[in-house]
Amino acid sequence: MPAANESVLARRAEIVAALRAIVPGEGTVDDETGMRAYETDGLTAYRQMPFVVVLPETVAQVAAVLKYCGQNGIRVVPRGAGTSLSGGALPLEDAVLVSMMRFNRILDIDFANRCATVQPGVTNLAITQAVAHRGFYYAPDPSSQIACSIGGNVAENSGGVHCLKYGLTTNNILGLEIVTIEGEVLRLGGKHLDSAGYDFLAFMVGSEGLLGIVTEVTVRILRAPETARACLLGFPVTEDAGRCVAAIIAAGIIPGGMEMMDRPAIHAAEDFVHAGYPLDVDALLIVELDGPQVEVDHLLERVEAIARDHGATHCRVSQNEAERATFWAGRKAAFPAVGRISPDYMCMDGTIPRRELPRVLKGMAELSEKHGLRVANVFHAGDGNLHPLILFDANAEGELERAEAFGADILKLCVAVGGCLTGEHGVGVEKRDLMPEMFTEDDLKQQQRVKCAFDPDHLLNPGKVFPTLHRCAELGKMHVHRGRLPFPDIPRF
Amino acid sequence: MTDRLRPRDAAEVADTIRWALAAKEPLEVIGGGTKRAIAGPGQTAYALEMADCAGIVSYEPEELVLTLAPGTPMAEIEATLAARGQMLAFEPPDYTALLGAEGVPTFGGAFATNFAGPRRIAVGAVRDHMLGVHAVSGRGEPFKAGGRVVKNVTGYDLARALAGSWGTLAVATELTVKVLPRAECQTTLMLEGLDAEAAAEAMSRAMGFSGDVSGAAHLPADIAPLVVAGATASITALRIEGFGPSVAARTAAAEALFAGLPQRRAETDESIAIWRAIADGAPFVGTDEAVWRCSVPPTAGPALAAAAPGGSRSYCDWAGGLVLIATPAVGDAGAAQLRANVEMCGGHAMLLRAPVDIRANVATFHPMATGVEALAKRLRTAFDPEGILNPKRMSREAA
Ligand SMILES: Cc1cc2nc3c(=O)[nH]c(=O)nc-3n(C[C@H](O)[C@H](O)[C@H](O)COP(=O)(O)OP(=O)(O)OC[C@H]3O[C@@H](n4cnc5c(N)ncnc54)[C@H](O)[C@@H]3O)c2cc1C
Repeated sequence: MPAANESVLARRAEIVAALRAIVPGEGTVDDETGMRAYETDGLTAYRQMPFVVVLPETVAQVAAVLKYCGQNGIRVVPRGAGTSLSGGALPLEDAVLVSMMRFNRILDIDFANRCATVQPGVTNLAITQAVAHRGFYYAPDPSSQIACSIGGNVAENSGGVHCLKYGLTTNNILGLEIVTIEGEVLRLGGKHLDSAGYDFLAFMVGSEGLLGIVTEVTVRILRAPETARACLLGFPVTEDAGRCVAAIIAAGIIPGGMEMMDRPAIHAAEDFVHAGYPLDVDALLIVELDGPQVEVDHLLERVEAIARDHGATHCRVSQNEAERATFWAGRKAAFPAVGRISPDYMCMDGTIPRRELPRVLKGMAELSEKHGLRVANVFHAGDGNLHPLILFDANAEGELERAEAFGADILKLCVAVGGCLTGEHGVGVEKRDLMPEMFTEDDLKQQQRVKCAFDPDHLLNPGKVFPTLHRCAELGKMHVHRGRLPFPDIPRF
Repeated sequence: MTDRLRPRDAAEVADTIRWALAAKEPLEVIGGGTKRAIAGPGQTAYALEMADCAGIVSYEPEELVLTLAPGTPMAEIEATLAARGQMLAFEPPDYTALLGAEGVPTFGGAFATNFAGPRRIAVGAVRDHMLGVHAVSGRGEPFKAGGRVVKNVTGYDLARALAGSWGTLAVATELTVKVLPRAECQTTLMLEGLDAEAAAEAMSRAMGFSGDVSGAAHLPADIAPLVVAGATASITALRIEGFGPSVAARTAAAEALFAGLPQRRAETDESIAIWRAIADGAPFVGTDEAVWRCSVPPTAGPALAAAAPGGSRSYCDWAGGLVLIATPAVGDAGAAQLRANVEMCGGHAMLLRAPVDIRANVATFHPMATGVEALAKRLRTAFDPEGILNPKRMSREAA
């Protein structure tokens, strides 16, 4: 992490007092017990006590806090519900942690325009709950949806099992209000579909708290599908399961969800929730179709036929809601299930082109041997997003380091086969130092110039995403080479 | 006369931009050139034309991923995808005829403008399908962002963010886009004779019903016959696409939803033609009116259209969220009135087509709030500090 700013550390009492003047009472937390709750996020291997925590309740308070920090050169770490799996909300020793969880109100539900405007601390699931009575829902559904905040979803561009068909967070956001590090409040987008001028929403969504603090979010809400049915497909040969997924998509079918589990994950999940998963297969697919009843029934027949053609030995279609829920129960409990068979686990998040699945699984088995640690795989099969769960024991000498090395090797493998480091969990601190696997120095410099347009002093969430921080003045310099007129090589007309 | 430079690959694009920087010669960036008219008269001595940076680099139907060079003609892409039963789901409009332009639309142009057609309400715009980009910035430096997989949050989402930047930040040299299966069939349900208010209500109901409507447009009585042969009253068109049995069932459900209203169906071929015409602005082709493209909250669309300056014609797509308005090409072409109305409901109005003398006084893009405009300027500087690419294209001033 960037070295702590000693002069900020030395001014702690004064800074706490200034913040308390902006966010009074329990809104400013500076005692050790109170701050302890914020020392880590979902990536619990990393811990750091915050410098001080503020919990603003109004946009004016957020603006005043950021303005004060901006003017005084004080770093800021935004935080939602703290479920980030990449350490995005990890505190810094010298940074004010701004928790947005008091921004918990639903401001406007507009069914006629199919959108809802909410504060960033509202949980993902609460949005769906607020619109469900009229048959609507908010589509992106991270497994953490009961806890994670929509502000955190925006910052991470979170996904869920439904993103193959319904898109990621970025495809479901219409408008944002943000506060910049200067304390300026900007409204981007609204209830209309396309942006005027630059697509600021695209810059903001997935920016991991590095560009501004989100204080209001307008999301698209959709009419819930009439029905959903799932089928459970077991394959003795993993390659066949992969080919089956490709064949379903090639047949023009985009399932609402398409999840895969490997043998260790199947066994862990089955032992835990008894979902009725076959135990004699190497790969299990859950394919869920949603939409009008006729369509779902029609497509399920096709999916079954495709699965049998591709060597599925188990094929069960859910006959009712309870059975569908049971099929999903194992997949949804995969993390805690793995937690039962291992003292600790680490969840990775690479994406690969689907056709590379056999090669990547084989590579992972080899790496498992090399590092001497077990791995179980759950996988958003439709879009190639892998979640290898590395099993380890943090109390055993050197295992955490080995798990991290194993994880890094897996992600390098994902990049090597044409994939990426993170499909939905974000770079954060966890994958920061792997960024050069995917991007050149020039690629990263251009990204940082975007950062400079929002936050020229690198005060917002520093130490996340970028392995090296370049000063904005440095990045802005341009060396104009003696230009040779690009003729006669370049055709001209 | 503009001198047109036609680089053949990313390295030549970078060379050209570096030369332009050294020579202090701003470049107009052109794909197929079909949307040049939107920017007004050319002001640069040199143009960077991407027509020779063309071709499909890779296409993997099972992965739903297509990688191409930006100069690839739209028609070639559509044919390649159609052969595998797939499509660019955002249904890019072809404004060539509307703008009275020559040339062939390219993917680069769709990317740079982020113009999407009727299916935008169901699947999103160009930006929603972008996965990766290789580009050369206005600094003359090549960079990439995103990748070739559909799920990727590694770094800022520049592949999406550069969509709709009108070539003012960087020149894309390779783009990766998500494609989707093409629907087996489609039907359009046409409700006849609704006024603006009833149409807004009907489109809201249609979008809030579980029939997955993938197109919702309202064509007032003067426009309807230009799109639907034989129409004698206004038409509110609702498109339903997908697998055969599903389309049949959903269309029946939609008909039941609007039972009691005069209605008829257009089956696949007629339906395709109707939505093509709606997408491309066909009712306004060949006239001398100015044409506006307004993006507003869907329920506000029909009313915005109804309040357009006297003598205007208009229709709504995107369930009301996109309003195309043809105004008499006099004065400011209705800019002040239209933009004031748009301000009230939220959204923006772009001047799509206008004679040169009107363009000289009316900004193409809707004015931004001060703070947002300042941020836009800083972003521009982050990519193109000298303003060497399309210098005036998105600026607030008129051309
Ligand atoms: C059990 C479990 C399952 C999960 N499953 C999924 C999954 O299926 N899909 C998925 O995508 N993710 C998943 N996650 C990861 C995590 O839940 C998401 O990344 C989530 O979006 C984080 O939201 P949060 O509110 O907890 O944000 P935090 O963890 O508090 O913060 C995350 C990042 O967002 C920034 N941030 C938060 N709020 C704001 C704001 N208002 N303005 C600006 N920046 C802000 C922070 O600085 C940080 O960088 C899972 C996590 C857990 C623990």
